[in-house]
Amino acid sequence: MDLFEYQARDLFEKHGVPVLQGIVAETPEEAKAAAEKIGGVTVVKAQVKVGGRGKAGGVKVAKNADEAYEYASQILGMDIKGHTVHRVMIAQGADIAEEYYFSILLDRGNRSYLAMCSVEGGMEIEQLAEERPEALARVEVDPAAGLTAEKATEIVETAGFPEELRQAVAGVIVKLGEVYKNEDATLVEVNPLVKTGDGQILALDGKVSLDENAEFRHEDHAALEDKAATDPLEAKAKENDLNYVKLDGEVGIIGNGAGLVMSTLDVVAYAGEKHGNVKPANFLDIGGGASAEVMANGLDVILGDDQVKSVFVNVFGGITACDAVANGIVKALEILGDSATKPLVVRLDGNNVEEGRRILQEANHPLVTQAETMDSGADKAAELAHQAA
Amino acid sequence: MSIFLNKDSKVIVQGITGGEGTKHTARMLAAGTQVLGGVNARKAGTTVSHKRQDGSDVDLPVFGTVEEAVRETGADVSIVFVPPAFTKAAVIEAIDAEVPLVVVITEGIPVQDSAEFWAHAKSKVGSDGKPTTRIIGPNCPGIITPGESLVGITPANITGTGKIGLVSKSGTLTYQMMFELRDIGFSTAIGIGGDPVIGTTHIDALEAFEADPETEAIVMIGEIGGDAEERAAEFIKANVTKPVVGYVAGFTAPEGKTMGHAGAIVSGSSGTAEAKKEALEAAGVKVGKTPSESAQLMREIFAAK
Repeated sequence: MDLFEYQARDLFEKHGVPVLQGIVAETPEEAKAAAEKIGGVTVVKAQVKVGGRGKAGGVKVAKNADEAYEYASQILGMDIKGHTVHRVMIAQGADIAEEYYFSILLDRGNRSYLAMCSVEGGMEIEQLAEERPEALARVEVDPAAGLTAEKATEIVETAGFPEELRQAVAGVIVKLGEVYKNEDATLVEVNPLVKTGDGQILALDGKVSLDENAEFRHEDHAALEDKAATDPLEAKAKENDLNYVKLDGEVGIIGNGAGLVMSTLDVVAYAGEKHGNVKPANFLDIGGGASAEVMANGLDVILGDDQVKSVFVNVFGGITACDAVANGIVKALEILGDSATKPLVVRLDGNNVEEGRRILQEANHPLVTQAETMDSGADKAAELAHQAA
Repeated sequence: MSIFLNKDSKVIVQGITGGEGTKHTARMLAAGTQVLGGVNARKAGTTVSHKRQDGSDVDLPVFGTVEEAVRETGADVSIVFVPPAFTKAAVIEAIDAEVPLVVVITEGIPVQDSAEFWAHAKSKVGSDGKPTTRIIGPNCPGIITPGESLVGITPANITGTGKIGLVSKSGTLTYQMMFELRDIGFSTAIGIGGDPVIGTTHIDALEAFEADPETEAIVMIGEIGGDAEERAAEFIKANVTKPVVGYVAGFTAPEGKTMGHAGAIVSGSSGTAEAKKEALEAAGVKVGKTPSESAQLMREIFAAK
């Protein structure tokens, strides 16, 4: 889960990372009140989870509260690369003498953590890494040891900070390491990290990604979720513990296991090329145990998508054998009753497949067509979606 | 022959008294696995009743620690079914007890926990300079050497023993592929899991299959996210002489959306299925567009033998 800048700022403050005052506002009035509270020069910053907002006109320096009001009314509602601005942060103005860069992130390839640091901040880090790789220090951080004071010292030395700044910057880096570790982040980035005119080190802009698997030990993380941006069908699926991703297409997909469902999306997209270019409408993994209730919840979510014209149920019977899955489908259709209106193509394979197919055949539900293979099922579902479109 | 697991492997179950642990202990025993006991600190000294493959009754001892379980049973494999909040401690305990193979089934582990137990496993090396513990997973279906032993949750009756080695990030796609190629059969099939940080990688499995005389060809199943498939392609080019057939899931996955597995996400241009397919094909791997096409490619390899 990626956080907004103001949420990252709050987490930094919680862990003792030096930051300036920042107050989030959803209306120009709130922005004005925030600017009055902070006093002096403030910066009105669009809160969007995408880079390049400065260039897009989403960051403005306000000399006083009235200007903050004016800029906030311009920025709120603005579209930045497809992201609508719903909030601005009113940040205290800073007297920036120098800009630096720091990040710590999960390094998948090396199954470790990587800290990156540079005395040249402010610019896009991808650009710096490409144009002047020697200016970007890359230091591995052992996950078992964490970001210790010694490691922070190594980072600032490698990055080439002048002697007199090293201790102060390393101190801030240790605190950022605490944010990474204690909040179960997969990325903590500060760009820019600045030195002010009076020599203070401050985190001026932050980006944080949190690990959703760790939510069980962070009760406060659920509140950070941007509910307004979540698709209503995805929200409904999440309430039912379903692993659902809404896509733009006509063939609803239900399957078991992430890999098989991903594969089903691909096979349906290929089949769609022959049937008016219909596409998969969603990713939905109902997991290993395809009980009637889970199947009914899944079908309910998919049938709630108006774009869906047909549904392809693709299940490999493993631990939950095909007969149990078939019974689940039959019961799910009973539960849904008249609200199930779209044709279903069902492909069962694996354990007890004959029994599963027999159950569906006997139930003889008018909406259900059986397919022998994944490929033929995908083709049939795409054909039905095309006919109904 | 097989890799990492055979009929002589002695297995303990961490979390043997829990719901998943109980269910899969029964299944593993039914598949012929030598399950010799389990661990649960709060139920140490008790036993759990199960049936062996031949139908006879067996009472398996529950130990307080992995160290004790290993000492008493001589186990060389541990399978972990404990909940996510306790998995890191359980795996570290198994590493400290120097269990040679630890299979972590648990799904939903915070990635920092996996990174920590992986770092711990890497740092604990034997006299040969290699880590004393191999980890498979987490969030994986485990490993099966058909006809000999199952340490995981793969349905044991899909396929029999044979000459194909399989390594996959995905569980159900593994089952699908085993089912499609059940007439040829498998030496060993390993599900390495779809998390961002995993123990055994595609490369580790490829290396072992290349060295295994009973494995004649290899199926490698990947999915979007990370660069493991690209790395595997480089390894294959340099080190694998046996034919390899590939499949990659997620061609239609949009950028920035996680597809079920925590690691299955395309970010920017990295981690796409197309890039993985191209890398594998450049290494001489035949890559099918669908699972059935990949199975067909494998069938052709055996038909030509």
